[in-house]
Amino acid sequence: MTEQKIQLGEQSILCKADESLLDALLREQVDISHSCHQGACQSCLLRSLDGAPPIEAQHGLKEGLKQQNYFLACLCYPQHAMRIAYRHHSDFMTHGTVSAKQALNAETLLLTLDLDEALDYYAGQFVNLRRDDGLSRSYSIANNRIHSKQLSFHIRRLAGGRFSAWAHEDLNLGDRIAVSEPQGLCYYLPDKPDSPLLLIGTGSGLAPLAGIISEALHQGHRGDIYLYHGSSDLNGLYWVEEMQALAEAHANFHYHPCISSGEPPEHVFAGRANDVAFSQLSDLKGWRVYLCGHPDMVNNTKRQAFLKGASLADIYADAFHVASGSLD
Amino acid sequence: MSEATGTTLFEQLGGEAAVNAAVDIFYRHVLNDYRINRFFDKSDMDQQAAKQKAFLTMAFGGPNNYSGTDMRTAHAKFVKMGLNDSHFDAVMEHLEGTLQELNVPEALIKQVSAIAESTRSDVLGL
Repeated sequence: MTEQKIQLGEQSILCKADESLLDALLREQVDISHSCHQGACQSCLLRSLDGAPPIEAQHGLKEGLKQQNYFLACLCYPQHAMRIAYRHHSDFMTHGTVSAKQALNAETLLLTLDLDEALDYYAGQFVNLRRDDGLSRSYSIANNRIHSKQLSFHIRRLAGGRFSAWAHEDLNLGDRIAVSEPQGLCYYLPDKPDSPLLLIGTGSGLAPLAGIISEALHQGHRGDIYLYHGSSDLNGLYWVEEMQALAEAHANFHYHPCISSGEPPEHVFAGRANDVAFSQLSDLKGWRVYLCGHPDMVNNTKRQAFLKGASLADIYADAFHVASGSLD
Repeated sequence: MSEATGTTLFEQLGGEAAVNAAVDIFYRHVLNDYRINRFFDKSDMDQQAAKQKAFLTMAFGGPNNYSGTDMRTAHAKFVKMGLNDSHFDAVMEHLEGTLQELNVPEALIKQVSAIAESTRSDVLGL
């Protein structure tokens, strides 16, 4: 085995024979997080940009990460030249043209973009949308993979949110917007068609979950699929009729809209979405769990799901960190 | 060689697959235990589980790079929070319970316990 050339962004490094990629990066003073050097802590996670990395370097990673060519630098002994990237790199891949704008409720907009070229994404992933002046925000893709050239997003207007206010008020049909590479690990995997799925989302966290459900049903998922969509009050819920219609059309899909304050009407549940879910479901052993929305809800619910028996490897979460209020 | 003699404890237990089977059960026990769960940061469950896995790998006699100093440094802030022998005992209880749940023979459980026990003074900063 000889030394191999490794390209990380602008930097080019030589990895010696019998040297791990992590050791090579550290030798070259590349600032990479690392801890255990033995594949346990997964802090040196990197991504191969040209094809599958050595299979040993993916040892212990979640399926979703493996599929996207993520690997651990400490377990990687390169067999050929590699082009690698940090966990998230946000190259803008393509552009889209606004083809539809529709109000889902008073605060949430359904934005549809027709892309210049098809994107290879998984239902449930997110992209960064970027305005001409560089202002960019992450939004989850709300549709399934059938529409690879058309993406839809649920854009919730946030107090002081510059991007969301612009999208609601000033973005017009026919306008152009840059779209990044799809990112994120919270998406449908067709490898366990019989396992039950639990999806819990708050607010516009419904977007990726709706994409995942649509993809699962399209792929013929046989296990039961439980969706709990929560909001503080009825005004924050949306797509209620659409989800009810979907539940009527598919015997294995169960929809539970939840409101945490006020008296719920018929078919709506009282309480936070995660509390309603765990009051109804007692054992999550063997389930896949998808959580999208407010970071506190996501963290708490992840713990609850784990304590109810779900394996950590089967819990997929996407916490919506809000940029408004920050200084940008 | 078909006899267990000559194979390491880690191999007898079933190697990394055994650690993977144990980590979810062990971590769930720990988080459910009101005596000790305040020492476990619940904001990043995946990272926490990875730490439990590293600990179990070590206790199972598997490959690890942990020195006594690492153990001391990593647990120093918990000692300040009041970490003491009773908490260490509770973790030992869950370690043994997890192995019993996985039907590991009692003789092997004793060996695992002995390795874990050997970290007590470093963990508690004694």
